[in-house]
Amino acid sequence: MARTNEFRDKKVIGALLARIAENKRSLPSPCRIMEVCGTHTMTVHRYGLQSMLEKAGIEMVSGPGCPVCITPGEVHEAAIRLVTENENVILATFGDMTRVPTHLGSLQNAVPAKGSAVKIVYSPEESLDLARQKSNKEIVFFGVGFETTIPSIAVMAKAAAGEELSNYSILSALWLIPPPLRAILESGEVKLSGFLYPGHVSAIIGQEPYTFVAREFGFPGVIAGFEPGDILLGIISILDQIREGRPRVANEYTRVVRPEGNPVAQALMREVLEPKDACWRGLGVIPGSGLKFKAEYSAYDTEVKHDLRITARGIDLPGCRCGEVLRGILLPSRCPLFGKKCTPESPCGPCMVSFEGACLVHYKYRGPKS
Amino acid sequence: MCLAIPSMVIEIDEVHRTGKIDYLGTKVKTNFALLDDVRIGDWVIVHAGFAISRLDEEDAQETLDLLREIAEKS
Ligand code: SF4
Repeated sequence: MARTNEFRDKKVIGALLARIAENKRSLPSPCRIMEVCGTHTMTVHRYGLQSMLEKAGIEMVSGPGCPVCITPGEVHEAAIRLVTENENVILATFGDMTRVPTHLGSLQNAVPAKGSAVKIVYSPEESLDLARQKSNKEIVFFGVGFETTIPSIAVMAKAAAGEELSNYSILSALWLIPPPLRAILESGEVKLSGFLYPGHVSAIIGQEPYTFVAREFGFPGVIAGFEPGDILLGIISILDQIREGRPRVANEYTRVVRPEGNPVAQALMREVLEPKDACWRGLGVIPGSGLKFKAEYSAYDTEVKHDLRITARGIDLPGCRCGEVLRGILLPSRCPLFGKKCTPESPCGPCMVSFEGACLVHYKYRGPKS
Repeated sequence: MCLAIPSMVIEIDEVHRTGKIDYLGTKVKTNFALLDDVRIGDWVIVHAGFAISRLDEEDAQETLDLLREIAEKS
């Protein structure tokens, strides 16, 4: 049932593009669509859709959909301090996170204190296994993610509490997707015609959380999957919504996204976490845009347990303009450092580190001069 | 982090709600705590070691039919 090939079929892609070009012709130009999710950005560039769509009169811009990127430098720095200033701490995190440059260098280059280490994990579960196996070490899981990852982190906190693990906590950077969309629309900095909503975030939250985009701002939007065919179907839906003057939350990824989302995951999130105002790189503080552990789980909250006082400002390192890239107002290639001082081998900002980062995606698929 | 391609469930440990999926021929350890009643043979989307959604075969077929229809009309 995977049958992904059919979503990548050349004939299908060609026909979808022809349909898009035809539908676009009857609409006032320009048509600019924000792909909110970094994985969409990847598909768009990997399959060369960007330039094909440009020919059809559609401009794709990347948004804030890279959790590694939007996590402010101060949070990354707090993680670095944890392993460099404390003995016997194992900081477990996803691979991308270890390479993000900060004022203190990166986790990868940090010199851990005696008995401490940075360990790359693929799943949050591996960090919990570490805590079970190494009772003489303090395990910190540096967990970053959107709604796709958040439920798994809630499961970890519950499991740790259930087993009364005293050597485990989570340094969380948990971000919600709908609030920054509001922030982007309210700022009006970037003229958009519609949003491509992230498929797997939507698999968790469902359709309802996006309805304000159409209701309050009159903006079209569509939940789309990650195959080229999915994205192009999504764009056709946005064009239809514009033409009909009927903006809504369409769902072209029904095979994975149910209208109500994933109720089990939502219940777990509500049980363990609560909303907070959070600071995003480039976007600043957005009300209700982050989650933190409820008081009952504070024993597993690294910020409480290790008394970290993180004051995030969300400002880039000197010269880096990730913040603007994440707001959709700067193309990666317009950053003066892109492909020159800033490359995947020596990144100057998180957008060149994360595999979902717009700068890395542009570099990888369009080249250093893109 | 996200395996955007659906994977088939091949092993389940009901007690711990964990098991394995086949991802393009590789067996991958997976946690099923976020889905009720996962069965062997189900197709799921896995993100960071957790199955987050089950693939609906009928809906998948509908989308494929729609794609085919557009391709044929062109
Ligand atoms: S190219 Fe590098 S320096 Fe420029 S915005 Fe992207 S990550 Fe930052």
